[in-house]
Amino acid sequence: MNSLIAGVILILCLSSYFFGRSEARKLVTQNIKLKALPAYYGYYLSLWCGLPALIIFGCWSLFEPTIIKVLILNNFPQIESKDLFYEQTLSFFNGNFSGEITNEIKAASIKYSSINIIAQNSKIVIIAAALIGSLTFAYRKIQKNNKARDDVEIILKILLFTSSLVAILTTVGIIVSLLFESIKFFSTINIFEFIFGTSWSPQRAFVRDASAITPEELLELQDAFGSVPLFAGTAFIALIAMCVAVPIGLFSGIYLAEYASTKARKYSKPIIEILAGIPTVVYGFFAALTVGPFFRTLGESLGLTVSSESALAAGLIMGVMIIPYISSLSDDVINSVPQSLREGSYAIGATKSETIKKVVIPAALPGIIGSILLAVSRAIGETMIVVMAAGLAANLTINPLESTTTITTQIVMILVGDQEFDSPKTQAAFALGLTLFIATLILNYIALRVVKKYREKYD
Amino acid sequence: MELNNSKIKIKAKNLNVFYGKKQALFDINLDINQKEVTALIGPSGCGKSTFIRCINRMNDVIDICKVEGSVEIDGAEINEKNVDVVTLREKVGMVFQKPNPFPKSIYDNIAYGPIIHGAAENKDQMDNIVETSLKKAALWDEVKDRLNEPGTSLSGGQQQRLCIARALSVNPEVILMDEPCSALDPIATAKIEELIDDLKKSYTIVIVTHSMAQAVRVSQKTGFFHLGKIIEVDSTEKIFKNPANKMTQDYITGRFG
Repeated sequence: MNSLIAGVILILCLSSYFFGRSEARKLVTQNIKLKALPAYYGYYLSLWCGLPALIIFGCWSLFEPTIIKVLILNNFPQIESKDLFYEQTLSFFNGNFSGEITNEIKAASIKYSSINIIAQNSKIVIIAAALIGSLTFAYRKIQKNNKARDDVEIILKILLFTSSLVAILTTVGIIVSLLFESIKFFSTINIFEFIFGTSWSPQRAFVRDASAITPEELLELQDAFGSVPLFAGTAFIALIAMCVAVPIGLFSGIYLAEYASTKARKYSKPIIEILAGIPTVVYGFFAALTVGPFFRTLGESLGLTVSSESALAAGLIMGVMIIPYISSLSDDVINSVPQSLREGSYAIGATKSETIKKVVIPAALPGIIGSILLAVSRAIGETMIVVMAAGLAANLTINPLESTTTITTQIVMILVGDQEFDSPKTQAAFALGLTLFIATLILNYIALRVVKKYREKYD
Repeated sequence: MELNNSKIKIKAKNLNVFYGKKQALFDINLDINQKEVTALIGPSGCGKSTFIRCINRMNDVIDICKVEGSVEIDGAEINEKNVDVVTLREKVGMVFQKPNPFPKSIYDNIAYGPIIHGAAENKDQMDNIVETSLKKAALWDEVKDRLNEPGTSLSGGQQQRLCIARALSVNPEVILMDEPCSALDPIATAKIEELIDDLKKSYTIVIVTHSMAQAVRVSQKTGFFHLGKIIEVDSTEKIFKNPANKMTQDYITGRFG
């Protein structure tokens, strides 16, 4: 039904474009000087035909279920768990309900059926009215030879503005939900315990009902959420990753930008960038199934105890994943250093590597630092590799051969499976998410500032 | 003109330059005298810049560029494989069309060359080199109190004199100038020309210019290039007063180019 309505609206939009255009052309044949090209009148009619109807249609579809639900539940004030009852009614109505059928459910279902028919019909009527109304309005405007071009501009501007508004509002929504859940978390768990505590064992908070936590239990829980091991683990793995990615990425970026022939660059750059296109889960099982065991065997042959899930394996593979970010970005940055600077350096008798070391890299440094910072925030936020390869135990260690864990891994572990959404354990995930978000936000901000400063340098 | 009794510093013989398949210079034969200013004039794309880039082998930087023929400096061939480009460029400095100071401090811009060539043993010597280079480029008085400010903060004319000072810092014998004033206003241009006049006492200067007036003002010898060939070389006075070639006559009087 809904898709039919949407289809009709779209077809009408399309045909009204041609209709509007031909109407405008008719005016031309009557020797009337149009204020816009005929096609604009087509767009104009089409937009007026489609937009009001689509907006009404969208709003209707958005609010209909809620309104129907309220209407029905108003008839059954005696029901206690209203949401469950309504769910049961719906599934009974759809014929896939397998529980005990009560009289209330039957009654509600009949009610639902009648309301639904009214709703469907009135929807069609209202949308049809909107279509006819807006079409006539727009058609009259065409006959009056309005400034269709300007109007189309305005409508498009509003459309574009709305799209960006949606993106912004989504971001704001995510941040707000993170904030609220985190505030809830910090109302039970002391924020200082969370930030400075060194022991992470959230499974201790796995109680069925959060409201049943006694003050004594809460006191005991306080030290279960020390996030220091997680931050340390995250930073440690990111550090290992950067130790791999920065030199390799930077050097290959320099090679690509300064030494590689045009042909070599043309082929090798996309190949390196393929690294960035490999799904992280593939890196993850490569790290967990190939690199991890390899390090363990290697360690054993050297007489070292290496955990099969080690920070080293995870960090190493993460570093490989990040290489293209650094190499590609630094290649671009180095390339944008003006050739005149290189020539100036050569002209005094500097060799190529002296020129790169003393002129090109310093000039490109802000951009390179920017790319490294972006890579760091990528490393900190990376999840899949560490979930698979780094382990789960929140060890506070600086031994790369031991298993360690990261913020993202713990968020995954907390939220996997059935969870009570008001338990401190679950809320801890939001708190972790918020801190991670703030950390990467700060890094990105610094990176952007650095890059911006760099841009001003030559212009 | 003391054209005949001057010593020849640079001698180009049968010089051909190719960019890929396109030939940019055809059989160039040109003598450049010591401690004199030689101006190269000609319409855009005629090969003047390509020619001066042959003198310090800057064309090596361009992959597709191939140089054939001979360029001698003080009788020594520079186009041979075993010639050390670093030493060559220490001897033959270059100033570019657009001022290109490094994004470093004024001091470091000058110190760059001496550091690379290991010319200074300590800070005092380096300070000395920086000061004399800036003085030779007539920039010292304007920047002596702000040596730690970035070179890019100077005005266009000052930047170009900074680049000249940078070229002078390694004590070259020859200075190549590729339209050094084309990005500058008349006042800055006048200063650079004055400077060139002064520098020719100690250096051999080759300058590419689009301004006839500039060629007349600063040079003793002028070469006219057209479509990759040398049409006429003679004393500046002769070229501009009584050119032998009709094309030269047409160009300097503005009839083409």
